[in-house]
Amino acid sequence: MSDASLPTSSLGAWLRAPVPASPFQARMQALWLGWRRLRSNPPALAGAAILLLLVAVAVSAPLLATHDIYAQDLTARLRPPSAAHWLGTDDLGRDIYSRLVFGSRITLYIAFLAALIAAPLGLVIGTTAGYLGGWTDTILMRLVDIFLSFPSLILALAFVAALGPGIENAIIAISLAAWPPIARLARAETLTVRKSDYIAAVRLQGASRLRIILHHVVPMCLPSVIVRITLNMAGIILTAAGLGFLGLGAQPPSPEWGAMLSTGRQFVMTSWWIAAIPGCAILFTSLAFNLFGDGLRDILDPRHG
Amino acid sequence: MAEAAATPARRSGGGAAAALPSWSGTALRLVVSIAVTLFGLMALTFLIGRLLPLDPVAAILGDNATQEAYEAMRAQLGLDQPLWIQFGRYVGDVLRLDFGTALTTGKPVLEDIARVFPATIELATVGILIGTGLGIPLGVLAAAHRDTPLDYFVRIFGLLGYSTPNFWLGLMGLVLFYANLGWVGGPGRIDTAYQWDIEPVTDLLLLDTAMAGQWEIFRNVLSHIILPASILGFGALAYISRMTRSFMLEQLAQEYVIAARVKGLSWMRTVWVHAFRNVVVQVITVVALAYAFLLEGAVLTETVFAWPGFGRYLTNALLAGDMNAVVACTLLVGIIFVALNLLADLLYRLLDPRTR
Amino acid sequence: MADPDTSPLIRVRGLRIAFPSPSGPIEAVRGVSFDVGREKLGIVGESGSGKSMTGRALLKLSPKAARVTAERLDFAGIDLLAASERRMRGLRGARISMILQDPKYSLNPLMRVGHQIAETCRLHQRAGRAEANAKAMAMLEAVHIRDPRRVFDLYPHEVSGGMGQRIMIAMMLVTEPDLIIADEPTSALDVTIRRQVLTILDELVSRRGVGLIFISHDLNLVAEFCDRVLVMYAGRIVEELRAADLHSARHPYTQALLRSLPRLDQPVEELAVPTRDPAWRDGPTYRLEALA
Repeated sequence: MSDASLPTSSLGAWLRAPVPASPFQARMQALWLGWRRLRSNPPALAGAAILLLLVAVAVSAPLLATHDIYAQDLTARLRPPSAAHWLGTDDLGRDIYSRLVFGSRITLYIAFLAALIAAPLGLVIGTTAGYLGGWTDTILMRLVDIFLSFPSLILALAFVAALGPGIENAIIAISLAAWPPIARLARAETLTVRKSDYIAAVRLQGASRLRIILHHVVPMCLPSVIVRITLNMAGIILTAAGLGFLGLGAQPPSPEWGAMLSTGRQFVMTSWWIAAIPGCAILFTSLAFNLFGDGLRDILDPRHG
Repeated sequence: MAEAAATPARRSGGGAAAALPSWSGTALRLVVSIAVTLFGLMALTFLIGRLLPLDPVAAILGDNATQEAYEAMRAQLGLDQPLWIQFGRYVGDVLRLDFGTALTTGKPVLEDIARVFPATIELATVGILIGTGLGIPLGVLAAAHRDTPLDYFVRIFGLLGYSTPNFWLGLMGLVLFYANLGWVGGPGRIDTAYQWDIEPVTDLLLLDTAMAGQWEIFRNVLSHIILPASILGFGALAYISRMTRSFMLEQLAQEYVIAARVKGLSWMRTVWVHAFRNVVVQVITVVALAYAFLLEGAVLTETVFAWPGFGRYLTNALLAGDMNAVVACTLLVGIIFVALNLLADLLYRLLDPRTR
Repeated sequence: MADPDTSPLIRVRGLRIAFPSPSGPIEAVRGVSFDVGREKLGIVGESGSGKSMTGRALLKLSPKAARVTAERLDFAGIDLLAASERRMRGLRGARISMILQDPKYSLNPLMRVGHQIAETCRLHQRAGRAEANAKAMAMLEAVHIRDPRRVFDLYPHEVSGGMGQRIMIAMMLVTEPDLIIADEPTSALDVTIRRQVLTILDELVSRRGVGLIFISHDLNLVAEFCDRVLVMYAGRIVEELRAADLHSARHPYTQALLRSLPRLDQPVEELAVPTRDPAWRDGPTYRLEALA
């Protein structure tokens, strides 16, 4: 069975072949199996669907928005949802629906950037500590423990207070609070593979420590780190929204959902929708990451299922 | 095992809860470990304090102080010294429990914290009672009836607890239950009408009013605390029920569960008498951690409910750039976290006969 | 139970246990029929042959996913298939018990062993705490535990494997059941103490005239310990024989199993590894006499 001359009708057979003929086929088979498991897990599928929808909305925000998100119209302030303003207007007469649509960009930006900073940082520190052991391990893990001694929101708040409010600083603060659990996880995974024969074989071939860590240890830790960071995204989004709500994250007039909620707070007794709508958006996004992360864990990391 | 089991949580325990081999020789290791962790906490909070782009001297003197006055204040604050000397002074101050003066209130930070803390303790305690009281039975029942509608309900309910921004839930709760239905008291700990009728003993208003037999005020306090505590408890419930469920599933797959059923025990009796006994210790650890997480949740919840506690104090300090207060609050939370982890660890050793 | 000597305790006819899978149900037990009286019956088979599944089905404690069907499944005149869960709870522990494989896992790690034994009494005999504890203590003595008063208060991790299994036996026999299913009761134990545990089990079973189903993968052990042997293969009984007539086995699988065992009287260079014939899956069953 060669993969070059593969007719589409036997794609299924190729994917289900009991013994893969090439690394590529093996990888594709693993993906296929993963997809089948995901397909039989409706909650995870729902989470993935919401996330895809969110990405689609973020990408096509200018097309979906019906109003200018900064345009104020004081004659039309605090309007409830209607045909003109699908989700109503805020205290400055801005269209909530359009702001919500553009706000998805900020949420995804924060979540992915924070994950992009925290995951490699945690991965490198965790695998280095686990593989090298000894004093390096003791010192790095003590550092992790100290960071873990603070609830992540409190730590992020303290960092933001020190760095000053703003969305970039919020991302840095969230990342600084998010890497330690990942480092601890990566270290635990590293300890399980460190003693394995294939690592010994690579070492005997004369591979450097850096090469072993980057090429052989890190890939083994990736699945569980990906699962963890997906689940963490839910927490990151809540923390970012919390910072925005307190006025320490994205600043007005940014349509960040937490900041929108914060303005809505003053009018919540009379115009509940200003606060209710961005809150729902935060809830659904966070829920989607949790559902998808749970499903991903069942697929990638069945030991912890 | 605890690490793997704690995976669904945002994280598992902190520093001092690392596995310890045995009682003998452990005491010294424990003391060293705590000392190192506390030192690290101080170093981290010190660094956070120094990262501040604001000039603390200008913050005190204002922008149009003379050069001499500026230098004098700088020297008085010790800012002209090398960093490590500044850190030494900071450590000395912390050990003497001197956190400086809060810019926002003009009082010593420690005094401020002592004043606001009971409100948070009361809120968090009622919250954890709600979260534990519902979370543990739900988690056990979900595991006992795995893959039934009850299990799905508990899991979805738990996931919602993980995913809901509690400040938003607080706002919505106020709109619905306070403004529209009038079922609960509004923001604050108590109606202002009653504020001066309470003889503060513990500053825990439920306790104070109950001890004084002021049941009318007690009811008022309860009506104020029930909503924010339920919202905090919802988060704790999510965490506790989820962890309890996963611990129970692990136990229900054990052979002794079959043995108990062979003996003729009913499923519920097997679950509660045999399996639950084996998760109690782990669940207590989780409850201790959940209590620590409540402090985190309290920051936002207190802001929404105008609750005069630690969280709102921290928020105000953050917004005012009051670094003395921010650093002290952060350090305090860190210490409480470490202490709760330690407590969980000690309880584990005390309650599980296998570790004796 | 009008005439306990002639009517069997357990009557199984056409027992089938199936598990659902994406590619249709998979049958772990495929039509098993046998009787057990007040005797020692051995069930032998390799892992996956369905012998343990059969044992658990008699207590109606099969895994939740399993689908158990049978033409008949009677215990002392009670139709187990129709029996309610409440009825089954009354039978389990009181009239049918099971000794599990490894005391390390089958005793509750956080309950004192004495209480685990007494629990069975309190449950079925409505005994008070003191009475149940006294019975448990007597039972510990009956399984030859020298210092029952001390052992009563120990936790399972504080006793050895051999003692753990004797405690398990005590726990399951304290209510004097009519039938005991022993599922590999010695395979988790040290070779040196297997004999001792078996002797104790034999003593209790023989003295009290209890029916015993002894499930094992060890043909020699079963032949030595039991009166009658059922050989299971791929979810079916392929042969039934008297333990004494083992070497006159007719089924090729039984013969192959025998050849794979070392014998002092017939030394061989190399022991045979049984080769399996697909035809055995649905081949004939050799019985002592036809079942009623």
